[in-house]
Amino acid sequence: MTTTEARATDRKPPQLVDMSWDPITRIIGNLGIYTKIDFANREVVECHSTSSLFRGYSVFMKGKDPRDAGFITSRICGICGDNHTTCSDYAQQMAYGVKPPPLADYIVNLGEAAEYIFDHTIFQDNLVFVDFCEAMVKSTNPSLLSRAERTDAPRGETHGYRTIAEIMKAFNPFEGEVYKEALKVSRITREMFCLMEGRHVHPSTLYPGGVGTMPQPTAFTDYLSRLMRVIDFVKKAVAMNDDVFDFFYEALPGYEEVGRRRTLLGCWGAFQDPKTVDYRYETMNTWGKEMYVTPGIIVDGELVTNNLVDINLGLRILLGSSYYEDWVNEQPFVTHDPLGNPIDMRHPWNQTTVPVPQKRDFDDKYSWVMSPRWLDPRTGDHLALDTGGGPLARLWSTALSGIVDTPYVKATGHSVRISLPKGESLPETTLEWRIPKWSNTIERDRARPYFVAYAAAMALQFLEEAMGLVRAGETKVFENYEVPDEAIGCGFHEAVRGVLSHHLVIKDKKIANYHPYPPTPWNASPRDMYGTPGPYEDAVQGQPIFEENGPDDFKGVDIMRTVRSFDPCLPCGVHMYVGKGKTLTTLHSPTYGANHG
Amino acid sequence: MTTHSSTAEVSKEPDRAEDRKGIDEITILWISEGMSCDGDTVSLTAADQPSIEDLVLGLIPGLPKVNLVNKVLSPSLGGEDFLAPYRAAVRGELGSPFILVIEGSIPNQNVIEGDGYWTSFGNDPETGEPQTLNWWIDQLAPKAWAVVAAGTCATFGGIHAMSGNPTGCMGLADYLGWDYTSQAGLPIVNVPGCPIQPENFMETLVWVLYHAAGSAPPPPLDHMLRPQWLFGKTVHEGCDRGSYYEQADFAKDYNSPKCLVKTGCWGPVVNCNVPKRGWMAGIGGCPNVGGICIGCTMPGFPDAFMPFMDEPPGGTLSSLAIKPYGAVIRRLRGMTNELVNHEPKWRHNKRKLTTGYDPHWRP
Ligand code: SF4
Ligand code: SF4
Repeated sequence: MTTTEARATDRKPPQLVDMSWDPITRIIGNLGIYTKIDFANREVVECHSTSSLFRGYSVFMKGKDPRDAGFITSRICGICGDNHTTCSDYAQQMAYGVKPPPLADYIVNLGEAAEYIFDHTIFQDNLVFVDFCEAMVKSTNPSLLSRAERTDAPRGETHGYRTIAEIMKAFNPFEGEVYKEALKVSRITREMFCLMEGRHVHPSTLYPGGVGTMPQPTAFTDYLSRLMRVIDFVKKAVAMNDDVFDFFYEALPGYEEVGRRRTLLGCWGAFQDPKTVDYRYETMNTWGKEMYVTPGIIVDGELVTNNLVDINLGLRILLGSSYYEDWVNEQPFVTHDPLGNPIDMRHPWNQTTVPVPQKRDFDDKYSWVMSPRWLDPRTGDHLALDTGGGPLARLWSTALSGIVDTPYVKATGHSVRISLPKGESLPETTLEWRIPKWSNTIERDRARPYFVAYAAAMALQFLEEAMGLVRAGETKVFENYEVPDEAIGCGFHEAVRGVLSHHLVIKDKKIANYHPYPPTPWNASPRDMYGTPGPYEDAVQGQPIFEENGPDDFKGVDIMRTVRSFDPCLPCGVHMYVGKGKTLTTLHSPTYGANHG
Repeated sequence: MTTHSSTAEVSKEPDRAEDRKGIDEITILWISEGMSCDGDTVSLTAADQPSIEDLVLGLIPGLPKVNLVNKVLSPSLGGEDFLAPYRAAVRGELGSPFILVIEGSIPNQNVIEGDGYWTSFGNDPETGEPQTLNWWIDQLAPKAWAVVAAGTCATFGGIHAMSGNPTGCMGLADYLGWDYTSQAGLPIVNVPGCPIQPENFMETLVWVLYHAAGSAPPPPLDHMLRPQWLFGKTVHEGCDRGSYYEQADFAKDYNSPKCLVKTGCWGPVVNCNVPKRGWMAGIGGCPNVGGICIGCTMPGFPDAFMPFMDEPPGGTLSSLAIKPYGAVIRRLRGMTNELVNHEPKWRHNKRKLTTGYDPHWRP
């Protein structure tokens, strides 16, 4: 059952062509997208998402010292390794019963803010936007480009470009002004990161219990001066993105259907409030809601829960199309959580990973990724939540929850207001991200520069708080502890591209079980045991095609835009299989398509 | 350098005269489909001394024209179009010499019974099944003008090759043989680091390119095939906490600016220049900013250094003996340095999995 609603159309006899993109590049692991496209009706009728890399973290971490977990799990991801270390430290702090000093929490928040700014910028401007740049639009939708040349850019006063086409040109790879500037910005923001966490990608100064970063005023001054150097770039990026995305809706009616799926968003929350967080499971619902990005699950526009305990209890790891042996008949590691709630055998705390390499078969098993789902207690459905590429779910959950209220960022119940101070060339600016009508490709992409602004604004607050502590002489950054003989812990965090959880079981002071769930398994998962497709599959399947090229010179730009809008792990470039496509069948199959199961 | 053995030079000027002639145009075929986190490619984009754009745009004087084929920076739309230069190189029809860069550890396909694969790069055009990384290396390594291993996974196996792993993966030299030489007569050039320090990698690559241009000798490598000038000294020797060590003034936990050896720093026996050079543009690093050195550039990483947050064995001895400083310490350190400069014995390409993996492991 697909989670996309069916579209009623006057259908022509289908002209089905097999098209695939493998490898999709710049992701961890090797993602491939395999589709059947109906060129007569100009839509994608089927999509499979496959990953062809297995490394086995949860396997080789068994039996190791749990304090090593953050150092090891950082290596899961070459772009958001710090998000893993942070999440692992959260889980360990729960297991060890240790609360780092407040300054350490602020330093971690500052590192994460720099990471979000860096990663979203390099991804959006150097990779996503290549799909919307002049060169790409010229080769896929030439008539759109001529219209862009004639269309004034409404926010030209902020970003300095006169027409939409001029913005598109500024994003041309290697030559475009914005493209080049974004690479520079990505270096400055990584320097900010290194000031807090030592090294990028794999941080050197994060420990369970705190950080080793020397909390001298210099570290914060160096961070602040770099942040102020990029603040106007952030404001301009929002304006340019808005101009181009608004133009797409206007110039290509129906574009909102590209990459659209039901609103099924998950956000696990980010930026701890050092004043309330104690990392205990028993109080997790309280301090979870105090995070400066509010966790939440949103289904069809409705907020299902903000409680991290509920989120935790509903996690299920399903098989169905993945190359693993089932573990459901083994002994559970954890039968009850610390509050006495029963823990399911398919919960990450109880998972055992047993890889079984085999042939790829799209009718059976075809991926190294499992299928994480969230069991909706209201309906009993195993929901294939997505992260909206990260920012969409984060902003949506924060806006709708209406809890965050700080000097720079405020959630209103339907929007998030973000205030950025005066920079070199632009005045103080307040941006407002409003909950959109759709969860689709364009809104996933649009949310990203807004979240860069959000992270920059929160960084300003964390800097003020951290410097306040330093000036007051409260410079402790690490708290000691003992590793218990037996314990469990879980960490909830946001990797750049979305939900991240780590589940840890300790026995005899060693890791008995460890399961990290990053955003990409959620987004890139294959069909589960109930036949529910994963989010990429669901978003691409049934989407219309706007590209003007026919099957022979088809580039698949609309599909690439959709897959990239989820930010597949590493900044992503979709690499196309240009084997011209193989005509499959021209049979009448009117039910084959949007309703396809 | 603490031990003479790790600086013994093994690379030398090629014997064949034709290989010493300058090359005008060269292609870099980068494959990151090893078992990796792709962090080396990401790290590379942080380098500004020089930057990858400078290299591609020809802004470094005296180098051949460089065609970079890397997923991150390729202007190609991808797919078969992106794979075309790799396929051409396999057929021997690329039209220019090429440097093969491998990122990620090399899985042991031999431990798989029947069909299946640990990692792949595109599909086999005939069968439509995934084309394994191992196939690509087998095809390309014999034809490569030079081979560069980027990051500790590719050089020595790294994190994914730690004990108990199910994939039996290893470093590139374990796979191709430590005595492998390329078309240019060069051994594999290993640039370890988890991930690579951005400027260390760019500098090495640029040296290899100067050598290709005929204007420099091959980069001097040590017995583990690492560039000597980058990995010839220890972390400790470049650490700004060194004078605390000398005064036997040790941090008791991570709140302290003093020497971290008692809280897990392996700096005394690890070959790496990061505290001296910083992480990027001189900023960041490890012990110099409060991070213990976990030996991420080393052949014995990670197993030889775990658990990371405890005092290294021998640390007590050498930190106690710090007063009668001198030759004794250097010898002791030299022994430990030797030890961590070796890979665990389970990294090999045999038909048997010897990593300690047990599919039904329970504590
Ligand atoms: S912190 Fe580490 S590298 Fe620095 S002096 Fe101490 S032991 Fe040596
Ligand atoms: S100092 Fe140690 S941990 Fe840091 S980069 Fe060098 S080897 Fe790795």
